[in-house]
Amino acid sequence: MPNIRIPTPLRTYTNGDTDITVKGNTVGEALHDLTNQHVELKQHLYNEDGKLRAFVNIFLDGDDVRNLNGENTALNPESSLRIVPSVAGGCMYKHTLNMNGNQ
Amino acid sequence: MSIAVNPPPAEDVQLSNDEIIRYSRHLIMPEVTLSGQRKLKDAKVLCVGTGGLGSPVALYLAAAGVGNIGMVDYDIVEANNLQRQIIHGTSTIGQLKVESAKNRLLDINPHINITVHNNLFTSQNALELAEPYDLIIDGTDNFPTRYLVNDVCVLQNKPNVYGSIFRFEGQVSVFWAEHGPCYRCLFPEPPPPGLVPSCAEGGVLGILPGTIGTMQATEAIKLIVGIGEPLIGKLLLYDALAMSVDTVRLKKSPDCVICSSQPTITELIDYEQFCGMPLHDQTDEEGAGEEWDITVSQLNDKFKEGAPIRLIDVREDFEWDIVHLPQAELIPMGDLPGRLSEFDTTDEHVIMCRTGGRSAQMLQLLVSAGITKVKNLKGGIRAWATEIDTELPIY
Ligand SMILES: [Zn+2]
Repeated sequence: MPNIRIPTPLRTYTNGDTDITVKGNTVGEALHDLTNQHVELKQHLYNEDGKLRAFVNIFLDGDDVRNLNGENTALNPESSLRIVPSVAGGCMYKHTLNMNGNQ
Repeated sequence: MSIAVNPPPAEDVQLSNDEIIRYSRHLIMPEVTLSGQRKLKDAKVLCVGTGGLGSPVALYLAAAGVGNIGMVDYDIVEANNLQRQIIHGTSTIGQLKVESAKNRLLDINPHINITVHNNLFTSQNALELAEPYDLIIDGTDNFPTRYLVNDVCVLQNKPNVYGSIFRFEGQVSVFWAEHGPCYRCLFPEPPPPGLVPSCAEGGVLGILPGTIGTMQATEAIKLIVGIGEPLIGKLLLYDALAMSVDTVRLKKSPDCVICSSQPTITELIDYEQFCGMPLHDQTDEEGAGEEWDITVSQLNDKFKEGAPIRLIDVREDFEWDIVHLPQAELIPMGDLPGRLSEFDTTDEHVIMCRTGGRSAQMLQLLVSAGITKVKNLKGGIRAWATEIDTELPIY
């Protein structure tokens, strides 16, 4: 099954797991499965409209999925995805809380 | 394919006998030789930031004989910098970073020229500052300056040797619009400010900027000498805990607002407005608004009066172990949303953290949950340790 590499700052939301095996035939399905397994990740990856956040980069086997078929890009069982965060030297986006308090 | 930033230097750029001795380990390498060393001597490199990343970059560029190094920084050396900013030392605490760095570099190599700019790098001065340089090293610590450095490089057609770090992970690339993607192709927009914690609160493994900075310096030297394969169109991802290095491929974005064929950005913009945050990390600790603030002396007075105040410290337990106030109770910010039922809306609350940034966020959360009798301790435990109880450690 495909695998997703989680960057350090988001590991808080995966119980520290660095590599997560997911189900799905496309990048979008794999990410949905990831956020189903780790619900807290959802708000970090998707905006309120359910779209992938613009500063979240997803790479499939070394290629930016925006240069492939986006979330519709097909996966095979050996696919390796990784989330590449936008980092600014000591800083990194990190949505620690939903400000409305309803997690 | 190797790419060189500059044409071969003019005939009058030659090495003295002292320099030949100094650089002999370069001169005997077929990839460098005298001609490469002359290119290094002729090169002009601007390091934006002389902090964690800028330190190793500047040290190695100076040692390697890069003849003209410019440094931009507005900051002063503090003790808590020394865990990673190895260009500075205990003896230079309190000095301007650019002065401290200049003296260290000239001690390593007196044969080079150092130009210091004790300024913030801003839209107003960036183009003029960068103009004389061949190559820019992005060693900054915040999003607005990263977008500024990128745009300056695209507008002036210069390579941007990019490095960025967070805790145990780092990224390195060479963004050069003429030959590949720019920073905006990869990160078209910054994360919204609400999703960015302060740098001071993010933490970083001290040796990580050493690893990433030396990779940046390596890329700079390759570009100057014109050898090897530069990290153009590639992003290197380093994970110190796993000791893994991966490279992903980047492409120029056809929609890039600055480096595509139809750019909508043709001059520098207001980067603070674009990112919704300042060009430096010092006021990341945005308060909740003055009306919500309580100063450390006001809180101290209230304690002296015996006012019934519930003081909530939202830092992490390992920070609590470093220092905490006896009146405080610990509810780490990650736990707070699940513990709202422990709050009584009729109680007076004061929320505190290290410097007042996280507590301001938590205050907003409490207020939105109907707990409105809350104040934010301005300056956090740092202010308390500075103004009220100077026996306490500051971290
Ligand atoms: Zn671009």
